[in-house]
Amino acid sequence: MDDAKRIVITGIGLTAPNGNNLTEFREALLNCKSGVQHTEIRYMGKQVAGLCDFDEYKYQSKKLRRRGTRAGSISIYCANEAVADAKLDWNALDKSMVGVYLGITEHGNVETENEIYEMHQNQLDWKLWSPHHNPRTVANSPAGEVTLNLNITGPHYTLGSACAGGNVGIVQGVQQLILGEVDLALAGGVSESPQTFGIFAAFAAQGALAHHEDPTKASRPLDINRNGIAISEGGCIYVLERLSDAKKRGAKVYAEIVGYAINSDATDFVNPNGERQVECMHKAIKRAGITVSDIDIVNMHATGTGTGDVNESKAVRDAFAESSKTFINFTKGHIGHAMGAAGALELAGNIPSFEDGIVHPGMNVTELDPACVIKNLVINEPKLAGNVNYILNNSFGMLGINSAVIVKKYTP
Amino acid sequence: MADVRQIVIDIISDIAPDEDVTNLDDKISLREQLDLDSMDFLDIVMELRKRHKVEVPQEDYPKLATLESCVSYLSPKFA
Repeated sequence: MDDAKRIVITGIGLTAPNGNNLTEFREALLNCKSGVQHTEIRYMGKQVAGLCDFDEYKYQSKKLRRRGTRAGSISIYCANEAVADAKLDWNALDKSMVGVYLGITEHGNVETENEIYEMHQNQLDWKLWSPHHNPRTVANSPAGEVTLNLNITGPHYTLGSACAGGNVGIVQGVQQLILGEVDLALAGGVSESPQTFGIFAAFAAQGALAHHEDPTKASRPLDINRNGIAISEGGCIYVLERLSDAKKRGAKVYAEIVGYAINSDATDFVNPNGERQVECMHKAIKRAGITVSDIDIVNMHATGTGTGDVNESKAVRDAFAESSKTFINFTKGHIGHAMGAAGALELAGNIPSFEDGIVHPGMNVTELDPACVIKNLVINEPKLAGNVNYILNNSFGMLGINSAVIVKKYTP
Repeated sequence: MADVRQIVIDIISDIAPDEDVTNLDDKISLREQLDLDSMDFLDIVMELRKRHKVEVPQEDYPKLATLESCVSYLSPKFA
């Protein structure tokens, strides 16, 4: 294929509840280090959540951090880390040809709740409503903050796609590069969800909020005793380029994005549809021009809910029934559910497998749910896979959005 | 009697935490001495209302230009 149509990853910037760069994150995944802890949630008290501890002021002034949002702060950190990792000559770059595409599950809940809370604390004085509320809550806000911080004058927007957001952001970046709309994409996903009470309360109302006296054991996808989602924050932004451009500047290439698919269940607001998930994975594999047997690792979405995990386990079993060599893992046992960041973060956690040949395990499975038994499932201990050539990353979300992204080990 | 000058400085310190507010000239415009924009002044007005129940109508915003004018304008409201 023409190098100008091949899209590659040349930089990765991330913050996860258990690591603030790819090296730390990968090590935590291999060593089953959790990033989930107890935290105080307004009105609800002690809950489990995945929280990040990156330095907010590494790339942003205190004043602009105060003016913006946590999602913006995470995005700015990840974008700067990705740009530095890609070793781009940022000052020489045509910023009008850089695009920022960030997947989000939601945005604005945190900021709106905070304003209402402040007003409530002050005898409902509506004049205390912040003038920053609108720029903080417009849906493009996290991506817009990145452009302000890095002087990017190309397009920016977020992709509202529930918990498929991280994958969808990547797909958007790939498509815009292929179309020639930009020469460089900062693409991925971001989440500030643990700052909002409403998301915790809603999952609790659904009976889908994880809890455990040891917070590091709260998120346990596929375990028979799983009891829901551990809500997390985080972000992961990739530098994406056409291979022709990456070659020209002698960039290190992490991987090539060779397949992707996004589809819709059209069946329910929250309950997933396994058949559509299988179709989504198969569409991505078809686009990549490979077969199911070529996929070495599948990262499951696996959130730790009762029906979600059972549905996806069946979908993965069905989708990869004809493959004997595909290893299956998941990431949310380590970091909880990083919502809009999940897809991009979880993909990043598996990319080092191209170099080390190891499949990181899904953690916290004490007793595997019989309904979640999958061939070649990697749990609790890393697995040496040898040569890894293709990784498929699943991310699904409410309202029945499914996404799969396939990355390939780079070969010139 | 409230120390209005210090009240304003405390608010500015919170709104613009990167700025050095230790040697401000009371007669020179705050915007000439500090990296403040119009949104920051809205924040100052908001904080005066939230912390001290002092209201500054929009037409009076220019009276917050210098520390001296702040003290002169706000002192009666704190009396």
